[in-house]
Amino acid sequence: MKYSRFERSTNYIILGFFALFALAPVVGIFFISLRGPGIIGGGIDFSAGIHPENLVQAWDDGDFFHSIRASTLVTLTVVPIATFVSVLSGYAFATMHFRGSRLLLLLIIFGLMVPYESTIVPLYYGELSIGVADTLPGLIVPMIGIHMALGTFWMRAAFSTFPAELIDAARVDGASSWVTLWRVAVPALRAPILTLIILIFVYTWNNFLYALILVSSQDTRTAPLTLSQFQGQYVQNYTLTAAGAIIVALPVVVLYVVFQREFVRGTLTGVIK
Amino acid sequence: MSAPGAPRRIAYLYILPAFAFYILCVLLPVIATLGISFLTWDGLTPAHWNGLGNYLDLFHDERALTALRNALVFIVYYSILPVAAGLLLAGVMARAPIHGLTFFRTALFLPQILSGVVIGLIWIWVYSINGGPVNAFLGLIGLGYLRDAWLGSFAWALHAVGFIGFWVDFGFCMVLFLAGVQKIPAELYDAARVDGAGRFREFVAVTAPAIRYEIAVALVLTIITAMRNFDTIWNSSQGGPGITTIVPSIEVYNRALLTGQVGSASALAIAVALITLVLTVTVLRVFESPE
Repeated sequence: MKYSRFERSTNYIILGFFALFALAPVVGIFFISLRGPGIIGGGIDFSAGIHPENLVQAWDDGDFFHSIRASTLVTLTVVPIATFVSVLSGYAFATMHFRGSRLLLLLIIFGLMVPYESTIVPLYYGELSIGVADTLPGLIVPMIGIHMALGTFWMRAAFSTFPAELIDAARVDGASSWVTLWRVAVPALRAPILTLIILIFVYTWNNFLYALILVSSQDTRTAPLTLSQFQGQYVQNYTLTAAGAIIVALPVVVLYVVFQREFVRGTLTGVIK
Repeated sequence: MSAPGAPRRIAYLYILPAFAFYILCVLLPVIATLGISFLTWDGLTPAHWNGLGNYLDLFHDERALTALRNALVFIVYYSILPVAAGLLLAGVMARAPIHGLTFFRTALFLPQILSGVVIGLIWIWVYSINGGPVNAFLGLIGLGYLRDAWLGSFAWALHAVGFIGFWVDFGFCMVLFLAGVQKIPAELYDAARVDGAGRFREFVAVTAPAIRYEIAVALVLTIITAMRNFDTIWNSSQGGPGITTIVPSIEVYNRALLTGQVGSASALAIAVALITLVLTVTVLRVFESPE
C-alpha cells in the first residue's frame, strides 16, 4: 500500500519540529558560549563578533584542568572494571545453571529500581568514618557499584542471544568456561559490550549526586561538580557558564555522535529485553 | 568434568565480583538507610532509638509533604506527558517509511546524554528574564506582558522545572515507540485501512496494543527518573523559590548533610524507594495482562 505525499511530508514536519525542540536549547547554549564577553542578558548576540577564547577563560576561571583530570581518572577506571565484572556475572547468569540463580538475579536487578537517595546517607557517613571520603577511590568504588545492576542485566541479555550449542560444544571439547568466555563468546558479542561501555562512560562522566556528597577538594572534584559551583559563582554571566557547560558536555557529546547508533540501538534493545 | 547443563559451582566465582561491589555500594547502604530511619541521629552525637517516629513525623512535615507532592507533579512532566507525546508521534508516523531517521533519532535522544548540571544550566538561560528565549518569544508574538523570571516565580517555578523533565524524556519515549512501531507487520495496517479505519482507529486498534510493552518500559524508566531526580533541580531552581520545587532527593540531602536530621532523611529516602517500587510494579501489572 502506498502512502500519500501529504502523509509523508506531515510526518517530516512533525518529526522535524520535535527534533528542533530537542536540539534548540543545546545549540542555543553553544551560541551563547561564543558571544562577545561583554554582552549581558540571554540574547544570542554576535554583534561583538565570535569569541571561542571564552572556552579558555572558562577553563582557567573554573579550574577545569583539575576536574577534567579527576573525571577522566574516575571514568577510565570505572568503565573497564564495571564492564569486565558485568561481563563475568552476565556470562554466569546466562549460560550456567546454579542454585539460587533466579533469586540472585532478582536481587541484583532490584538495583535498577533503587533511588540513589536511599544510598547516599550511609555512603557519606560510612566513607567519613573509614577515612576514604574525598578520595578518588572513595568515588570510584560506589560508581562501579551502581552500575552492577545495569551491567549484569545487560550482559545476561547479550549472552542469552549467543547460541548455547556453541558454548556446550566448546565445553565438550574440553575448553574451560574461562577460555570459552574469552575465545568464543566475547568476540561474538563485541557490539553489546561496546554499547555497555558507552552507557557506563556517559553515566559515570555525568554523575553529579555522588560527586557532590563524596568529594570536594581541587584534585577530586569531578567536572559536573565543578561546573555546578562555577555556575553558582557566575550566576548572571551566561557567556562564561555556557562555555563551562560546553567543556563538560563535549566529551560525551563527541562520544555520542560517533557511537549514536550503538547508544540508541543499545538503549532500546536493552530495555526491551 | 561435568556434563553441559549440570549445575556449576564455578558460576559463583563469576558473579562474586559483581555482587561484592553491589552489596558493598547498593544493598548494604539501602539496608543501613532502613536501619538509620528508625533512629534519631544528628550525624555527630550518639543516636537514639525512635521506632517509627521519623515515619510518623513525615505525615505532618510541611517540607517532606511538599517534596512528595512535587515528585508526583514531576511524574506528570517526566513520565506521563513524554509518553503521551511519544504515542502521538507513533500514532501519526505509524509505519510510513522515514528517510534520515538516524538524524532525527540522534537529535531526539540528545537530551538523554547530557549531565543534569549541563541541563540545569541550559534551562536557566532558556528561562532567563533578560532576553532568554522563552521571554523573547513571548515578546515576539505580542505577549510581552507575560514575561516572567520563570524559575524564580512562586506560581510557575514548579512547572518550569517540570517542563525541563519533559524536554529530557520526550525524545526517549518517541524513539522507543518508533522502534516498536517499525516491528509491527505492515499487513496489520493494510488490513485496518481496507476496513476503512482512520488514523485514530488505526492507532487504537493496531499501534497502541502492539507497543504496550514499550509503553510499560517507558513509564517505568521515566517514573524512576522522576522519583530519583536531583541533578536538574539542584542545578536550576535548587528547590526554590521558598520550597516550591523541592523534591525528596533534595530534602534527603539537606537533612542528611546540612541540618543534622539524618534519621528523618533516611525515613524519607525509604518512603520514596517504597513509593517508586509500588508505582513501577503497578505499571508493570497493568500492562502485563495480555489482551
